[in-house]
Amino acid sequence: MRRVVVTGMGMVTPLGDGVDTNWRRLMAAESGIRPIQAFDTADLATRIAGEVPQGDKANGHFNVDGYLAPKEQRKLDKFIVFGLAAAQQAVEDSGWMPQDEEGLTRTGVMIGSGIGGLQTIYETSLVLKERGPRRVSPFFIPSALINLVSGQVSIKYGFKGPNHAVVTACATGAHAIGDAARLIQFEDADVMVAGGAEAAICRIGIAGFNACKALSTDFNDTPTQASRPWDRKRDGFVMGEGAGCLVLEEYEHAKKRGAKIYAEILGYGLSGDAYHITAPSEDGDGAMRAMKAALKRANLGTDQIDYVNAHGTSTMADVIELGAVKRTFGADAYKLSMSSTKSATGHLLGAAGAIEAIYAIKSLNEQAVPPTLNLDEPDEGCDIDLVPKQAKQRKVRFALSNSFGFGGTNASLIVGPA
Amino acid sequence: MSDIAERVKKIVVEHLGVEAAQVKEEAKFIDDLGADSLDTVELVMAFEEEFGIEIPDDAAEKIQTVGDAIGFIKGNAKS
Repeated sequence: MRRVVVTGMGMVTPLGDGVDTNWRRLMAAESGIRPIQAFDTADLATRIAGEVPQGDKANGHFNVDGYLAPKEQRKLDKFIVFGLAAAQQAVEDSGWMPQDEEGLTRTGVMIGSGIGGLQTIYETSLVLKERGPRRVSPFFIPSALINLVSGQVSIKYGFKGPNHAVVTACATGAHAIGDAARLIQFEDADVMVAGGAEAAICRIGIAGFNACKALSTDFNDTPTQASRPWDRKRDGFVMGEGAGCLVLEEYEHAKKRGAKIYAEILGYGLSGDAYHITAPSEDGDGAMRAMKAALKRANLGTDQIDYVNAHGTSTMADVIELGAVKRTFGADAYKLSMSSTKSATGHLLGAAGAIEAIYAIKSLNEQAVPPTLNLDEPDEGCDIDLVPKQAKQRKVRFALSNSFGFGGTNASLIVGPA
Repeated sequence: MSDIAERVKKIVVEHLGVEAAQVKEEAKFIDDLGADSLDTVELVMAFEEEFGIEIPDDAAEKIQTVGDAIGFIKGNAKS
């Protein structure tokens, strides 16, 4: 089987623009959660979120003008803007910008989103109702379609290989990376730009997740404390936005061109719960089967995983995932470290699996694990190392990242040194 | 009436992200100003909005240059 390695990484998150800014702030136990700035929240039950900080790139903030001309910005929903920015960082980081036909046709894109252009759909529906069909923008549909991140990235760089997009709610980013790796293994491509993008922090998005009682509502006045996986006071997830992208590359292809290699994608496991539209199965069976499948694919024992980047959304489901980890790893669960970086970023939905794969790779590269913020009082049975409040240095041989989505969809990725 | 020409040119500059100096009356939206077919649809919508007129599809198809747009609007504008 062809081996797949990571040669480029890019991200835009509530912690800022770029991998270095993200990692620095994450390890310093900083939070990206704030009162929502983008719109009026007075009548909403949730008034906080992890919005991408806008401003000067030199401060690690996101500046859209650094990525796109104003003319282009108007035609793209924010999730596509974030996706393009993360992809640009990853591609430039990888140094893979082929000009020849062979290189271009062997390079593909698979960037997904959980929801797509929600704000654009909302705004356009108002235009349609108030002003009629003739006022609907010709850019409405291509601005809202989920696969248009992949489309835009391919057009920007001329990548003519497989062009695809994953839609599996909050497992999107992990599935995109895993599926893209398989396209390389199956020789459909030699290089894939893979990841997820999301921008659902808008009134209809918050109202919708509030309606299914998924979001935190108790911490509107103390936003940095709102995302608190495994803590007794947790009361729902905090929405984040942004994007994460990896450049995945066939190992020999990367070696031949002397690319720097961050990690190898060693394991990928998928499963379905067949249980409930929003809740995970109570025994965590789906999560366990995804992790076991990833371990089997990676040909690793449970004693070889040192870090688990949990799905850990700061909901009741946190303990179900923990139970699944304990059943999967047995006594080895007490030797690994597991943390939820959503405690700092909030939940980026379709982008979560992608940014968390990057954090997992950084944990390998830096031999250190990021903290779970706000874990003051662990819930019953939360007795493994959940890296409360402070990052720590430790040996990380292999890392596993979990992502689970509405509909009962689960994905686990395992990364290790190439 | 020159006011109409200025307003048309301003819209073209804003929507296509081109320099004002490029927006000459003979300039073609697609060939000279880098527009694609979706851009031209959006431009026509912007003209309709600005001048409070309706540009039917068959008329819109004939508007290929900045001058075409100015000419049509001069013949049909209410404001």
